[in-house]
Amino acid sequence: METQAFQKTYTKLTQITKATCTLQAADVGYDELALVNGRLAQVVKIIGNNVTLQIFGGTEGVPNNAEVTFLGKAPTLNVSDDLAGRFFNAYGQPIDGGPEVEGLEIEIGGPSVNPVQRMKPSNMIFTGIAGIDLNNSLVSGQKIPFFADPDQPFNQVMAIVALRAKADKIILGGMGLTNDDYLFFKNVFDNAGALDRIISFVNTTDDPPVERLLIPDMALTAAEYFAVEKNETVLVLLTDMTLYADALSIVSNRMDQIPSKDSMPGSLYSDLAKIYEKAVQFPKGGSITIIAVTTLSGGDITHAIPDNTGYITEGQLFLRRDTDIAKVIVDPFRSLSRLKQNVIGKDTRGDHAQVMNAAIKLYAEAANAKTKLENGFDLTDFDERSLNFAKQYSNDLLAIDVNIDGVGMLDQAWKLFATYFTPAEVGIKKELVDKYWPKEN
Amino acid sequence: MTKGVVAGIIANLVMVDVDGPVAQNEICFIKLKKVPLMAEVIKVVGEQAYVQVFESTRNLRVGDTVEFAGHMLEATLGPGILSKNYDGLQNDLNKMEGVFLKRGDYTNPLEVDSKWDFKPLANVGDRVQAGSWLGEVQENWIAHKIMVPFKLNGKFTLKTLAGPGNYSLSDTIAVLVDSDGKEHVVTMVQKWPVKLAIRAYTAKPRPFKMMETGIRTIDSLNPIVEGGTGFTPGPFGTGKTVLQHALSKHAEADMIIVAACGERANEVVEIFTEFPELDDPRTGRKLMERTTIIANTSNMPVAAREASVYTAMTIAEYYRSMGLKILLLADSTSRWAQALREMSNRMEELPGPDAYPMDLPAIISNFYSRAGYVFLPNGTTGSITFIGAVSPAGGNLKEPVTESTKKAARCFYALSQQRADSKRYPAVDPIDSYSKYLEYPEFIEYLSENISPDWLENLLFAKNLLVRGKEAYEQINILGDDGVPLEYHLRFWKSEVFDYVILQQDAFDHTDSSTPIERQKYMMKIVIDIVKGQYDFDSFDEVNIYFRRLINVLKQMNYSEYMSDDFKKFKVELDEILQERIVAVTA
Repeated sequence: METQAFQKTYTKLTQITKATCTLQAADVGYDELALVNGRLAQVVKIIGNNVTLQIFGGTEGVPNNAEVTFLGKAPTLNVSDDLAGRFFNAYGQPIDGGPEVEGLEIEIGGPSVNPVQRMKPSNMIFTGIAGIDLNNSLVSGQKIPFFADPDQPFNQVMAIVALRAKADKIILGGMGLTNDDYLFFKNVFDNAGALDRIISFVNTTDDPPVERLLIPDMALTAAEYFAVEKNETVLVLLTDMTLYADALSIVSNRMDQIPSKDSMPGSLYSDLAKIYEKAVQFPKGGSITIIAVTTLSGGDITHAIPDNTGYITEGQLFLRRDTDIAKVIVDPFRSLSRLKQNVIGKDTRGDHAQVMNAAIKLYAEAANAKTKLENGFDLTDFDERSLNFAKQYSNDLLAIDVNIDGVGMLDQAWKLFATYFTPAEVGIKKELVDKYWPKEN
Repeated sequence: MTKGVVAGIIANLVMVDVDGPVAQNEICFIKLKKVPLMAEVIKVVGEQAYVQVFESTRNLRVGDTVEFAGHMLEATLGPGILSKNYDGLQNDLNKMEGVFLKRGDYTNPLEVDSKWDFKPLANVGDRVQAGSWLGEVQENWIAHKIMVPFKLNGKFTLKTLAGPGNYSLSDTIAVLVDSDGKEHVVTMVQKWPVKLAIRAYTAKPRPFKMMETGIRTIDSLNPIVEGGTGFTPGPFGTGKTVLQHALSKHAEADMIIVAACGERANEVVEIFTEFPELDDPRTGRKLMERTTIIANTSNMPVAAREASVYTAMTIAEYYRSMGLKILLLADSTSRWAQALREMSNRMEELPGPDAYPMDLPAIISNFYSRAGYVFLPNGTTGSITFIGAVSPAGGNLKEPVTESTKKAARCFYALSQQRADSKRYPAVDPIDSYSKYLEYPEFIEYLSENISPDWLENLLFAKNLLVRGKEAYEQINILGDDGVPLEYHLRFWKSEVFDYVILQQDAFDHTDSSTPIERQKYMMKIVIDIVKGQYDFDSFDEVNIYFRRLINVLKQMNYSEYMSDDFKKFKVELDEILQERIVAVTA
């Protein structure tokens, strides 16, 4: 991004804060980009001739006589098929040593899809992980985060899901990614021979935090190009959205806005919704699916970031270490995919819904039995059987190392029902029991 | 008209220097190059107006020109609103071109060229007033009344009235003469500022008629009335939206207005795709024919989100004035409150609790008060039943939006995380929830006369049963299965029967999703009889197993077509199981 000859240069800043600077300038558009001593900045406030700029790279070392030039446009990305296989920073500049991408220059953070032009998401994404496919089926055009504590293997699970999802393009938006995690993704995709389908926009922990604010819009602008122009199915991975929200709160704090819950800006819901709502099924076949990561602190989902996210996304996935089987499982109680109804029994067998619910109810019975056990009470025969069922259900279906197809997982569930219970205890519609209950031999 | 120039921009808050008078809430259009961006005045300081822009302000500049419209944000009211999909400002979303929303693309809410078959209902010489019915046209299956515009104050004499025939929206339907002899021309279309209530009714009595929703946990436990208000707070994932959709599909209303306010676009898409296909069981027509959708999803501009609930309410009031029974659903009012918070924050107002504006409780109760059951000037009645979803931050029911709404709404359907976690849907907490209407003598009378003489009695019995069941459950958990008398197990399992059979309902099952009142009565009687029965058991293990069997058969009944062969077969099976253990039926 070079300055051009005819642009006017300003050299007098009237105010500098940790993230913003203010100067007197005329004929400036809202959201417009500027360079402050070569650092990229964006207009966030105009009062008369006073223009406030948010400097993405931070204001360290910016003098009050810094050179400011306005670029006459909002942040943009050059889009073309050449994006595939490339790695970029938050500004859309290559970081893989390759050439700049030639293509159509598009403003990022573009308009929303007209709701009447959306299609109902109705194609299931099979992941092979039954904890997801059976209980929390994913649908293309969905947006769903992992709610995870930092010690959980969410990036691994996300990478598995991404590779098995059979998407035409996978776009990684990394915010505050550690260099190690960045290399992990790069390796996994490379080993799978999938690099030509991957596009990455990465802001690592080495980069200034405010830059992160550009990452989701960059990733989604690229996604929209492939989904709208090429009718491709695009999977967007955003990790970690908590760090994105933290960057929002830094900026709002510097602009003297009144914080709402948990020191987050009052507009957090709208800010996050603008990103997640880019997930869409287009009528011509293209789609954008967003799988994100929201790290929690101490599993607290009432914090403003996971809380607002939960209201926006179509469900959430929780991972949990099950000490009974010493494996990480997809928690069936707290996880939810809101769009599963669109595909359950349609892209999967007709008994899916009832099998799913029955298994979870029995798993809940086991949880009650476990409480009884821990409190030192005697268990009934039913309690004992529930506990045994729960262990095997966890191991055969919920664990993240499971790789089983859509029919196999249902058959396996029926097998477990028959091993431990009577049909009346399972409580499934009679016609399904007649059809699928394993016959004794 | 007053003109102005942009003087400052902070996100969607714009300061405008004006050259003449401006009114609070007046609409203006800011010219961004050639695109007009609609905005609303929310504060005036000296010669400067603060306006909230209903669009993104990207690339807007200081010095851009502004034109004021001289009126507040108005809804356009006339035949053709049914079955439409609007945004929060009542733009017809289906008329917009392209996949993406374009700034400044404002479309007509009605079909300009449409013709309507008009039948007069009044006579020349009649004395009329705002809201008087002049005639009607057939809109889908509703007799859409053409009324004297609500903006006209006082009494008028009907000077001319169009005869039966086909008219377009802009044709003159009537000419009215006021007391000064001044003439007023009436067409089929009128406008009304959305933030003001339409008061073209003579009285607003306490509502007393039960509104059948087909949802058992509401009808059989905490019924709502025609013209009543209710709200459903719940943490995410507890099924607020599924409940709202179930209400919109099955509730017994003439017209449903769904305001999708700041929620997920895919949820609205579900309505868009399902409602034109689904049958309305009562009329046999498609659900979409009685539905209007206001979709201002979470990624659409924030200021228009605030407007969307008002637009929806104004349309509801317009149709109520025709003597119709309206159900208005808003999902969710918390997003509307957040929109207020964002603006209040940008205007640097002193914040109230959780940074919401101080007058939030007043704004919410003001809005809920626009619902209600009314007597119209011609003696007929109409109603707006309003049920709002609330999304409490962190699932905490003590947060400002939930608290303010609790003061305004009369029915409280608390969605419980615990019930949702154990997949007991709908997750309405039967013990915390309440319906204040159960305290109304006129409603109690209505129930016993129109639903069933023992409806209230059964309902109160059931509530008590659930509380006792919960207490027994807690005792069992503390003292252990062996540590409590057998009676506690019985008590717990009896409440479980009620929970599984009456409260839990499968919103995605064709048969179970909606239960007509006749069927609810029938099942209620069966369950109450079971609960009142005395049983003979030797151990708690037996209780456990026996009641699981009972519940299983009763659930099969719920899944079967009412009074079908299957249904009767399961009933016989149920009676057999009961014979095994029951000793006596206590009255």
